[in-house]
Amino acid sequence: MIRRISQKIYIGLIFVFLYAPILTLMVLSFNASKSRAKWGGFTLKWYSQLFQNQDIMEALWNTLAIAGLSALAATLIGTMTCVALGGMKKRSRTLIMGITNIPMLNAEIVTGISLMLLYISLNMRLGFFTVLCSHITFNIPYVILSVMPRMHQLNPNTYEAALDLGASHLQAFFRVTLPDLMPGILSGFLMAFTMSLDDFVITHFTKGPGIDTLSTKIYTEVRKGIKPEIYALSTIIFVAVLLLLFLVNYTPREKGPKKERRL
Amino acid sequence: MNKKALSAPYLFWSALFIIVPLCMVFYYGLTDKSGAFTLQNILAIARAEHAKALWQALLLSLGSTVLCLLLAYPLAMILCSMRTRQHSFLVLIFILPMWMNFLLRTFAWLTLLEKTGVVNNVLSFLGLPPLNIINTPSAIVLGMVYNFLPFMVLPIYNTLAKIDQNVIAAARDLGANGVQTFLRITLPLSVPGVISGITMVFVPALTTFVISTILGGSKILLIGNVIEQEFTQTGNWHLGSGLSIVLMMFIILNMVVSAVTDKDGEVNAL
Amino acid sequence: MKKALVNLVNISKSYDGQLVLDDLNLYIRENEFLTLLGPSGCGKTTTLRILGGFERPDRGQVFFEDQDITELPPNKRQLNTVFQKYALFTHMNIAENIAFGLKIKNKSKAYIDDKIKYALKLVNLDGYEKRMPDSLSGGQQQRIAIARAIVNEPKLLLLDEPLGALDLKLRQDMQYELIRLKNELGITFIYVTHDQEEALTMSDTIVVMNQGYIQQIGTPESIYNEPENAFVADFIGDSNIIGATMIQDRLVEILGARFACVDEGFGINKPVDVVIRPEDVELVSPGEGTISGTVTHVIFKGVHYEMEVMAAGFEWLVHSTKMFAPGTAVDIKVDPFNIQIMNKPESEDEEAVGVNE
Repeated sequence: MIRRISQKIYIGLIFVFLYAPILTLMVLSFNASKSRAKWGGFTLKWYSQLFQNQDIMEALWNTLAIAGLSALAATLIGTMTCVALGGMKKRSRTLIMGITNIPMLNAEIVTGISLMLLYISLNMRLGFFTVLCSHITFNIPYVILSVMPRMHQLNPNTYEAALDLGASHLQAFFRVTLPDLMPGILSGFLMAFTMSLDDFVITHFTKGPGIDTLSTKIYTEVRKGIKPEIYALSTIIFVAVLLLLFLVNYTPREKGPKKERRL
Repeated sequence: MNKKALSAPYLFWSALFIIVPLCMVFYYGLTDKSGAFTLQNILAIARAEHAKALWQALLLSLGSTVLCLLLAYPLAMILCSMRTRQHSFLVLIFILPMWMNFLLRTFAWLTLLEKTGVVNNVLSFLGLPPLNIINTPSAIVLGMVYNFLPFMVLPIYNTLAKIDQNVIAAARDLGANGVQTFLRITLPLSVPGVISGITMVFVPALTTFVISTILGGSKILLIGNVIEQEFTQTGNWHLGSGLSIVLMMFIILNMVVSAVTDKDGEVNAL
Repeated sequence: MKKALVNLVNISKSYDGQLVLDDLNLYIRENEFLTLLGPSGCGKTTTLRILGGFERPDRGQVFFEDQDITELPPNKRQLNTVFQKYALFTHMNIAENIAFGLKIKNKSKAYIDDKIKYALKLVNLDGYEKRMPDSLSGGQQQRIAIARAIVNEPKLLLLDEPLGALDLKLRQDMQYELIRLKNELGITFIYVTHDQEEALTMSDTIVVMNQGYIQQIGTPESIYNEPENAFVADFIGDSNIIGATMIQDRLVEILGARFACVDEGFGINKPVDVVIRPEDVELVSPGEGTISGTVTHVIFKGVHYEMEVMAAGFEWLVHSTKMFAPGTAVDIKVDPFNIQIMNKPESEDEEAVGVNE
């Protein structure tokens, strides 16, 4: 019994540790004082001013566009790669998985500067496009690593059964294999989207002067003092995701044991 | 089989955006401005200010790795023992915080840790001495632990969850008490997860420049800060690349260790 | 009668409000090979885990050599378990696996080395000391799991479906191996299985369980030949279970025809169930038997023919070395001592409770 309680307390403390900063930011978004150091009373003005702030709205748009597009492209390329890996020899598979591991294990700063060197020597203008390419690059491994386990679980007989029942290779793939892979593909997409959204380092090196995402905007503001509108925006995003997660997790679903789902 | 052709886009992409850029880092790191071969950029790590930055980074990242391990192992064990609803816990711990920008989350610690901030208010309420760690290495370690703790929990959790409960029962059956079972069975079996967690925390902690910038008040320079400045302010890419190569030595060492211990590559699967 | 080594008294256990064991009483004699037999979910594995100390009963007590060990943790119990999927320590080699329990008890190195040699010889795997568990076949891993348990010289060895993961041929070999081991070691085995053939082959005593209740305890012969209720009759081998009426002692009416039997004491005109094993149904020429019918199906099974005979509105299952072609008119004859009379259960629940006194 004591053991159970101390376990609960421990988890609770970790939880507080992880969420105290998030709660702080949420509180700050209602702070009438512009300074984060003192409480100036409750206000909603940052929320209303947020939508008039061109800079922030543009950074938000860039962030979402890059996250969405890069996650989409990474999901497409990553899934294709996983399907191809299924029909490959072990040696080439190991090689490809090895390459995939490089951006995962390498330091973000090294990935960032290496991409920056590439773009500059290719005479590409740093901007939206170079950031997008960079995000696709570090997102593909997340998709591959989340689709691959499902690929291994696939029963090859189901594909053959579809052929046996008269489906063409393409039909068998789209009607049997792809739906089987779908949970992995979806979680890969979500993972990629989240990673892209949260990225700062690689964007920092590959964005060039003309464009900002939320991350880079926050970084330049860290020294000058962060605009309270940013707190408001982050709170909105966070609460929206929280609600979404809540809905997804607590909506009763008929099929599939819940435990099977992965993050 | 035309299936293999599907890998063409990725092969092209990874060659262009992973392999070539890495080669360029090596090219810049091993040449000077005139394009001649030189080891100067790498040997520059021995210069006092660089060596100090590297030493600081090693010290702080090792410290935060150890702290992460100490915090994460019991957490992973508890998560394993509460089989019900663990999934939502994992989401809460790992995924959800990411939707609040990590710069902001780190930045929020400033507010929490200030002289008259929340943490000190709580401490004084409990009758404890105040904590003045802003702009000190301790604050950076805290930031590292805060940001990278999930990377330690997950691999350890995955290896622990894979341990067959019958193996634990067998050890008990053969006469081992709780402590003996942990030391002789659970701990050795979770070593791959621990090592994977160590590499996953150590590399980003060693190479960060953001956490030290925000919580160290730009007074404490880590090797990451030095490299970042070479690229964005000083503009000496050759030197920056050379120092990056040094940094990569540590990363490669890490990759080798984790590749040897995690052969099936499943420890990190999210 | 040898003395009881283990005594389970009034054991009850439920998971999430579902009753798994209901007031179970059982004693196990020294040097016995006792099998807990039943379908999955019958409570046999739970019983074993309570004995091993991995589960605590909600109610009731466990006695080991007259000592109450109900609250004793597994590591303090003088018994060892062989787990279903071996549960070998994958990070240790074979010698280290076998030495585990002895090292915990701080035995000397010479003693441990001796024991390892002895145990490997006993399970016919000499020279495997340095191999890793992953490099062994399922059958070999199972032998190591047994070796690992027996070096601790337990008085009681618990085996939880130890052969379940092996293929048929290997399973049969291992059955003999286990019987040999038990005789050589002279210790008590409690064996859990859902395989009735395995139970009949190996056990001194079989305990048939269903839905948390003991249905019948007895020797393999008595369980097979004199099942006490329809569940046992149905679970152990093929059988014809027919509703009937006990007219008086030694006379039963089955499907309208009267059969002589050997049972007494059921009362007069009492509804009962009768069990007749398919090999005990004799097919004879029309006019020579008790009930007339027609053969409907024949399948050749190797040692015998399996036939279905439609007689008096019931489909009789018959095993015989003599073949009757489908459509043949036959008579059915059953010797009195081959008719097993059972009390009819009044409800589902009573069927589960059975005759467990």
